[in-house]
Amino acid sequence: MAKIKKTIKTVRIDIDKCNGCRACEMICSAFHANPKYSSVNPERARIRMVRDPLKDIYLPVYAGEYTAAECMGRDIYILDGREYEECAFCRASCPSRSLFKEPDSGLPLKCDMCEDEPPLEEPLCVKWCINDALIYEVREEEVEEEEKLDEMEIALNSLVDKHGLKKLVDTVARMSQKG
Amino acid sequence: MRYAETGYNLEVDLSTGNIERVETDPRWTELYLGGLGTNAKIMWDRVPPETEPFSPDNLLIFSSGLLGATPAPGANRTIITTISPQTRYMAYSMMGGFFAPELKHAGYDKVIIRGKSPKLVYLWINNDKVEIRDASHLAGKGAVETQELIKQELKDPRVHVAAIGLAGENRVFFASIEQGRSSASRLGLGAVMGDKNLKAVAVRGTKDLNIARPVEVIQFCDEVLQYIQWRQANPIPGVMPILAVLGSPQEMAVTDEKWHTENFVWGNARVRRKGFWTEEIEQKWKETQESVRTRLISCYNCPLKCGAIISVPGISRYMMKCFSKLTYTMAAFSDLDFGFRIAQRATEYGVDGFSCPQVMAFAVELKEAGILSDKDFEGCPSDNEGRFFWLLDRIVRREGIGDVLADGTYWAARKIGNGAEEFAHNTIRKHEQAPLKLGMLNPIYYLMYSTNEKSNITQIEGQFPQAPYPTREEREEFVKDWIQVPNERIKEYFLKWEPRGEFSMPFYPGIKECCEIVDWMERMHYIDDSLGICAGLSSFPLKPPYHIHNYPVLISAATGIDIDEEELVKISKRNRQLVRANNVRRGLRREDDTPPADHWKKRFPEYEKQLLDAYFEYKGWNMDGVPTKKTLRELDLAYVAEDFEQRGIYKDGED
Repeated sequence: MAKIKKTIKTVRIDIDKCNGCRACEMICSAFHANPKYSSVNPERARIRMVRDPLKDIYLPVYAGEYTAAECMGRDIYILDGREYEECAFCRASCPSRSLFKEPDSGLPLKCDMCEDEPPLEEPLCVKWCINDALIYEVREEEVEEEEKLDEMEIALNSLVDKHGLKKLVDTVARMSQKG
Repeated sequence: MRYAETGYNLEVDLSTGNIERVETDPRWTELYLGGLGTNAKIMWDRVPPETEPFSPDNLLIFSSGLLGATPAPGANRTIITTISPQTRYMAYSMMGGFFAPELKHAGYDKVIIRGKSPKLVYLWINNDKVEIRDASHLAGKGAVETQELIKQELKDPRVHVAAIGLAGENRVFFASIEQGRSSASRLGLGAVMGDKNLKAVAVRGTKDLNIARPVEVIQFCDEVLQYIQWRQANPIPGVMPILAVLGSPQEMAVTDEKWHTENFVWGNARVRRKGFWTEEIEQKWKETQESVRTRLISCYNCPLKCGAIISVPGISRYMMKCFSKLTYTMAAFSDLDFGFRIAQRATEYGVDGFSCPQVMAFAVELKEAGILSDKDFEGCPSDNEGRFFWLLDRIVRREGIGDVLADGTYWAARKIGNGAEEFAHNTIRKHEQAPLKLGMLNPIYYLMYSTNEKSNITQIEGQFPQAPYPTREEREEFVKDWIQVPNERIKEYFLKWEPRGEFSMPFYPGIKECCEIVDWMERMHYIDDSLGICAGLSSFPLKPPYHIHNYPVLISAATGIDIDEEELVKISKRNRQLVRANNVRRGLRREDDTPPADHWKKRFPEYEKQLLDAYFEYKGWNMDGVPTKKTLRELDLAYVAEDFEQRGIYKDGED
């Protein structure tokens, strides 16, 4: 397969600069409202602060992939005298917690770096963090060209995720026999 | 659909346990905006002047502002309103933090609390589910500790809690309500909360708040953020560092305290210590501050860092902002390390950082003068710092002399008698003021001190520079980008204002000029307090991002209610009169509009009378300080005029 250049968008998070104001959550929820900016609700944000001022814990976490099952991770990290649950660092929209789910439907949320047309200069959480705890960085990396899945494959993949390949194949086979 | 506001209040009766979600009248938003404005209207309608502060009929209102929780930076204030046990007038202290936005996301603009619970409880507002919960296990717990315990109990770190400490539970007249890094401290709101047996209000909300014209609001906010960045990078020249940038005075960031320690007064607001700030002290205090300051922190959706997490070795962490850093230190003639240590205990007890240190220093003076006896101080340690800790413990428990002192200097002095009144010298409307004693009368401050019912000078100061600039060139430079002024005249007054000579204090700015300046500065506070936007980004600092010309754009776009500048001015006047009216009905008159006699050394009684006469007229009040019928009618407040008439507040034949 051919090597291609891929743009990697990242946010550098400098926790020491975070003042805990949650503007990132607010503007994220506004950007993703429909119509855009028509409502605010940090609960819908794809970035959330793990915030415990008296323990000096200020940790912005971005929403990542949905996961169907919770993992075993319940470890405790002690960093610079501060105690974090392992889950604090996790981006997953996971059954073990309410984080990164639409409050009414429960559907998973995922950060899309504020994809927009025309594209924004930077994600809005970064723009609104004028204390520079969040810094947007773009770099290019060479990666193997990915095989693009078509729509049907994507749909089937999610069924495979949920039920397993064997069950899916059996079901399709049974359905096709019924004609 | 309602925009920017939720359109619902939560009505809680603690006597019966009844809880209701009540839709509000959208017309009220047009007339009074929200926050302080609608609080004042509710107090007017529902708390008649006969109501005692510690009566079940007194209301305690926790309100967001009209713009609270919208994308507007700094729109996070909670405006708490009740009748103050100390002044016996309508009190409205405010706090920043995270409470008001959370309340709005829970679906309410205000929580209106009435009645009195038979036992200690806390209120748990979780979207539509609202519970009155037992708080007997929280009795006597610290205000900070209580917030943590409730969050643990509710198993949700995203809950925000406003709580009282022991001082509130024991109805100390200067008890505060604490919440995260913020507190509503002035005028004893915490005592009313304690009287209602309400230990805390916890809130969690996950609902949307709608914006009427979203793109306009976001563009506006973008400009505000850009301006804040520019303004912080370009401090105003010619003023002290804490006033050169935006925000509440930057006491947590700045360690140079030469100005405060040498110009504010020590002890019981008396002793000025010129030459105090030596290099040695500077070094020591800087070390103290930097060693305990863990992080500078903000309120909801605000980039400014006016607060700090304070970690003093050996005692539990707490959060601090602004001037309480120095009030205890200076009241006790001690050092900054003591200040941070006692402030921790005071924050857990939940007391006001201006009144409490002054009350303690007052007690120490009375002891030294022989008015309080050894018996009153029985068991008190002999060292200076120990004595202050001891007094604090007695006051919040209302034990012995502490029970008398817990009512504040004014009431305590009257109880103690024997000449103690002379020592309660720093109050306005019976409420302790900032410890500041100056030389020459400042007519602008004279009017603000006299007439402002927020009763705390640090929160009514405004955007007109505190002192003239020495040269014409500097003044011209200053006015070049001074777009926040309501009109060009204000710039002229500043350009003409000299440190010495014909155009200097006390006679310049002149009477008319002072009226205009003070009226403008006060107006901006009234607008902020109704919108729930922090004064630190608007009415308080020089050249702020929000001002009278751009506020109408933001309010209209966020709410969908088209309000122009003229209308906004009218609303602010209406709210001003309504706050005044609440207090006039409770007996407030001209005599109450008096700064401490020793605030300035050089006083001009005749000139001060002319100033106050002119300002009353400018505000549309009669010479007693009562809003005239004409003023009230013009502002759609005919119902207030009628009430005044029925109560015989007007003299015969008055219009």
